[in-house]
Amino acid sequence: MEVNSDPADLSDSVVDHLRQVAGLPDLSGTRYELEGEIGRGGMGVVYQARDRQLERRVALKVVEAALAGEAALIARLEHPAIVPIYEAGTLPDGRAFYAMKRVTGVRLDRYAGAGRPVAERLRVIRRVGEALAFAHSRGAIHRDLKPQNVMVGEFGEVYVMDWGVEAVGGTPGFRAPEARLDQRSDIYALGALLQFVLPAPAPAALSAIARKAMSAEAGCRYGDVEEMLADIGRFEDGLAVTAWREPPMHRVARFWSRNALLLWLLTAYAAVKLGIFFWPYR
Amino acid sequence: MNKIVVGLVAGVVLGALDGATAWFYPETRPLIGGIVAGSTFKGMLVGLASGWFARKVDSIKWGVVAGAALGLLLAFGVAVMDAASGQQHYLEIMLPGFVTGAIIGFSTQRMGTRKAA
Repeated sequence: MEVNSDPADLSDSVVDHLRQVAGLPDLSGTRYELEGEIGRGGMGVVYQARDRQLERRVALKVVEAALAGEAALIARLEHPAIVPIYEAGTLPDGRAFYAMKRVTGVRLDRYAGAGRPVAERLRVIRRVGEALAFAHSRGAIHRDLKPQNVMVGEFGEVYVMDWGVEAVGGTPGFRAPEARLDQRSDIYALGALLQFVLPAPAPAALSAIARKAMSAEAGCRYGDVEEMLADIGRFEDGLAVTAWREPPMHRVARFWSRNALLLWLLTAYAAVKLGIFFWPYR
Repeated sequence: MNKIVVGLVAGVVLGALDGATAWFYPETRPLIGGIVAGSTFKGMLVGLASGWFARKVDSIKWGVVAGAALGLLLAFGVAVMDAASGQQHYLEIMLPGFVTGAIIGFSTQRMGTRKAA
């Protein structure tokens, strides 16, 4: 059989296929079998793979060797809202990889669609905030918090993904204006995330919380994530938030809304007493 | 403050205030001391029971229902004792007792800490 070895004779589809295969990571020597690409970002590519040893699907992130510290960073962060790392290693081509839990669910940018109650949106923000607060307590920061990096699982669980390394500079709209990112930059991004998930028109108190978190001056933001979550909690409990000096009429309406049942009961008591007092057959 | 103490305080205060309103009725004014004492004791019992209920059930709706039912039940007992002395004040005693019980039930749900599980 004669084989045509002239590359010029290869069809475009074959060339495309070869290009694609050449870009795929070589997983020989690992326990993983490549199944397909999930997504790619500036720092690496995430693939779906099968763990042959444990017979389960995992997400496999392949990054440049220089960014191998990312896995070590995330591995330190054991939290229910942070995707757990199963294993880290090096590929034959020198690139680093790490296997993590394959999260199935909906990205926040799709999850926060119309019709989702504000309370549910705030629940997700609270979970993200808790993960951030935990990471900050361990000396880590996210650097690139945005809706695309938050996943809501099928059981309502929330995962914050793509924890950043030094090279990550954030995403416009969610990135704090300061050049050197720190914990306050994550608070800025959390404020932007809150603003993103709020429906229109958003409750004024929640918009104020988002605005305060997104202050251009880092010193004007919340001191830490817990402080911001406490303000969100005050809103949920029907209390005044620290980020907003509410107008008197709003304060009255909030008091009525929070204590409506008690006020109705007191009104009923007064009506009963007055009714008995003026009842002619007493 | 735990919920039983909240119930106790709310019951005593609201019971005393409820009893004190008897002062506005000329026919009960001479008996105000006994009425306030009895109403305070009744409020205390409702408060204790509502506080205990609030430790078991975390629901404003059911707290109000339980408090109102307890208030109504105890007020009915007071009204029966009152009737035994020859007077019929079922409505005047039971209606305020019902609403006061509801307020005490609400208070025990809204305030105080539940015992850690």
